[in-house]
Amino acid sequence: MSASPLNIAPSLSAWSRQFPAGLQEFQEKRAALLKHIAGSERLAEVRPASRLEVRPRPEMISTGVKEVDAITGAGIPRGCLTEIWGGTSSGKTSLLLAAMAAATRLGETCVLIDASDSFDPASGQTARVDLQKMLWVRCGEKSSYVGRRTSQATSDGADGSCFSHKLSGISRQENQRSKIQKQSERRLEQVLKATDLILQSGGFGLIVLDLAGIAEKFVRRIPLASWFRFQRAVEHTKSALLVVSETPCAQTCATLAVRVQQSAVSDQLSEKSAGKIQSSAVISQLSGRPAHAEILEHMRVQAEVVRSRLERKPAQSIKSEFTTYATHFG
Amino acid sequence: MPFACIFVPDFHVEAIVRAEPELRMRAVGVIEGKPPLQKICSVNEEARRAGISVGMTKLQAELCDEVVLRERSELQEATAHAALLDCAQSFSPRVQDAGADTVVFDLSGLEKLFGTVPKIARQISRRAAEMGLEVNVAAGATIEAAMLAAHGFSGVSIVPEGKEADFLGGLPVKILFADVPSSTEADEILETFRRWGVLKCRDLIALPEVDLSERLGQRGLELRKKACGMGQRTLVPSDPPLAFEEVMELEFPLVLLEPLAFLLSRMLDQLCARLQARALAAQELRLELTLEDGSFLREPSSSTPDQNIETTKDTKLHQGNQPIPNRSHFENGRSGGTFQRTIHLPVPLLDARTFLKLLQLDLKSNPPGAPVVKVRLQIEPAKPRPGQNGLFTPSSPEPEKLELTLARLSGVVGEGRAGPPQLLDTHRREAFEMCHFTPSLAKVADWQAPQNLVMALRIFRPPVGVVVTHEGGRPSYISSQERVRFYAADSRQIRGEVLWAAGPWRSSGDWWEQDAWMRDEWDVALQEKVGIILYRLVHDLVGGEWTVDGAYD
Repeated sequence: MSASPLNIAPSLSAWSRQFPAGLQEFQEKRAALLKHIAGSERLAEVRPASRLEVRPRPEMISTGVKEVDAITGAGIPRGCLTEIWGGTSSGKTSLLLAAMAAATRLGETCVLIDASDSFDPASGQTARVDLQKMLWVRCGEKSSYVGRRTSQATSDGADGSCFSHKLSGISRQENQRSKIQKQSERRLEQVLKATDLILQSGGFGLIVLDLAGIAEKFVRRIPLASWFRFQRAVEHTKSALLVVSETPCAQTCATLAVRVQQSAVSDQLSEKSAGKIQSSAVISQLSGRPAHAEILEHMRVQAEVVRSRLERKPAQSIKSEFTTYATHFG
Repeated sequence: MPFACIFVPDFHVEAIVRAEPELRMRAVGVIEGKPPLQKICSVNEEARRAGISVGMTKLQAELCDEVVLRERSELQEATAHAALLDCAQSFSPRVQDAGADTVVFDLSGLEKLFGTVPKIARQISRRAAEMGLEVNVAAGATIEAAMLAAHGFSGVSIVPEGKEADFLGGLPVKILFADVPSSTEADEILETFRRWGVLKCRDLIALPEVDLSERLGQRGLELRKKACGMGQRTLVPSDPPLAFEEVMELEFPLVLLEPLAFLLSRMLDQLCARLQARALAAQELRLELTLEDGSFLREPSSSTPDQNIETTKDTKLHQGNQPIPNRSHFENGRSGGTFQRTIHLPVPLLDARTFLKLLQLDLKSNPPGAPVVKVRLQIEPAKPRPGQNGLFTPSSPEPEKLELTLARLSGVVGEGRAGPPQLLDTHRREAFEMCHFTPSLAKVADWQAPQNLVMALRIFRPPVGVVVTHEGGRPSYISSQERVRFYAADSRQIRGEVLWAAGPWRSSGDWWEQDAWMRDEWDVALQEKVGIILYRLVHDLVGGEWTVDGAYD
């Protein structure tokens, strides 16, 4: 009980000199309290804050990018939810493929739950992802299971469309908009169901939830309870759950949050375009190719750790840059 | 050399009860023949107590309310007989098929594996019960002694060596003809015995050999020896084929899938018990449902296997926005009035619950479409998975759980939309096919982060049609035809001035086919509201259309 809040010996002597009558009463009360604590099993188990154990650092999976591994502290943590977000052409998919390549090459089994069905297997193979160890779940198709709820709504919409066709072009656009909205909702419903199934199944090393391509307003409709459920399901397992999206969506459930974006103006490109454009993508003319054929060569990507519960909170966000190279076939 | 005999009393009834275990405690009679000349051919003990006997007409039997009458099913008898053989094979490889309801096998050398002979006999009885059969088991020094004891005593009986005559003496003499089909000769001999007052085996044993030989000849001596439990009969081992099949004919057609699942569960339990007895596992499940009238009330929701195979053979290519058939895992088909489903398992499994769930999920997404009158379930056996994963290899999903998860995922996202992609040997767009997911246990390779990170492309499925303005032979302005893209309902549009364009990359192929293709690819940077976006712009030189195939990300 040395670290007990009642251990106030250094100041006790000074205090007893001033209040000699109160000392005895205080000591009696203290003895009674210590006896009560010792007698109570529940209180005896309470540890003082100074003795609390440090939470063990989770095992990490490499992202496949040395620069990102350096700023995240070795990659993606297992048993945690990690979020990577960035706009279109920000490099998030390249980072995702690099992480999957690293995981599959080390023998891990990966899952890609593709909300917008936009994964390119050729890019995956070029990025050295072992496709045989990757389960690609393509959402978006109407199925007998999920479509049941939405089919009624779709048929209602179809009826409405026939009617509104006759009315005006504006109504037709609205109808098309509502159809797209239903498609997005169906995709999200499939994503959530598929994620639940995968997490329940267990045994996967890296589970990727690719929400990029789904509009922000739909992604934000995913309830926080779902993220908490995913986070709890993946906790204390060997799986790492990685969410890739265009906007941050997992909120406080994410143990590690990384934002990627195109880096600042590339000098080479500025030179090439004579200051006309500002982009980090670089094109070049290769020797041995036709004179008119220029190719996209590489893109600079900036990664920034926005939030991490793995380390002490940094004074400012940590940034790093890496390059992704375009590959052409033929 | 000890032998064991397994005998199934009232075999016709037992075959029915094995398929319908709820009849186990009820009086059951089996009828055969064409109406209106149907007669009882077999009854169980409860029915005998209720006054039903073999030979009664159906009408007579129906007077007794408590008796359940079932028609004789040769298919179910065949499966019961196969189960009986499997039960014997699980103990000894030297098994003789001695009739539909009887098997004899050699017990020599089994003591070290299973213990003493009485212990083995009890285990045989237990194993048979697991397979749904209530049997008599007997063990003896000779085949005759074991067979007579199995036919004469219910439950487990051990004939003591050297005391066979005493042990079998109390049995009636008609038991000597139990293993041979009834004939006039047997009836004559039994009539002779009755006139002599020889009713039990011990009476026959007491007769002098010479006198018996004078009156009945060699046949009389043979019967006497048999009654003593002595004989020169040798075991003729048979090698039954590895066929695991359960068939159930239904009296009333099943309309709903739920009661069908109950039947499948029962059949799978039986099949798994048989496979377990032979130390085998299942590699493939084949379900065949005979439909009531051969007509389909409703087409299955997914494509049929014939269509699947056609699609694969003809094009070998699948558009990414279309469901891709996964014929390596599920196959289905129909011919005449039958509906067939085949489930290939990536690894041999032996779990009836997993199989049931797989069949349920498959039937849920591909319903038969008409009432079911007959169910046939076959399992292709395979050797179980050898070995186990290493301690330091990365974890992978359990095969049983994985199969269920994949089946459920197919239910959620559609069939053939969950699995690993396999690239095809062509440069055509979207040249890949989906395979069945089977995580391999390949050795872990040493991996180091590559020097050059690959720029990924996000594919638009389907591609977005655009109108392109040219300047000097290069794209200068792009505008999508559609107001909104398929996934973004917030009026996001591909439109803007081309900041730069790299290309073109020309590719072509299949010029010898009908669907020849030729295209130019450009990598373009567009200034949009959200920033600079890199797209892959494609000009189809055959159709003349411009599309955006994807965005670099």
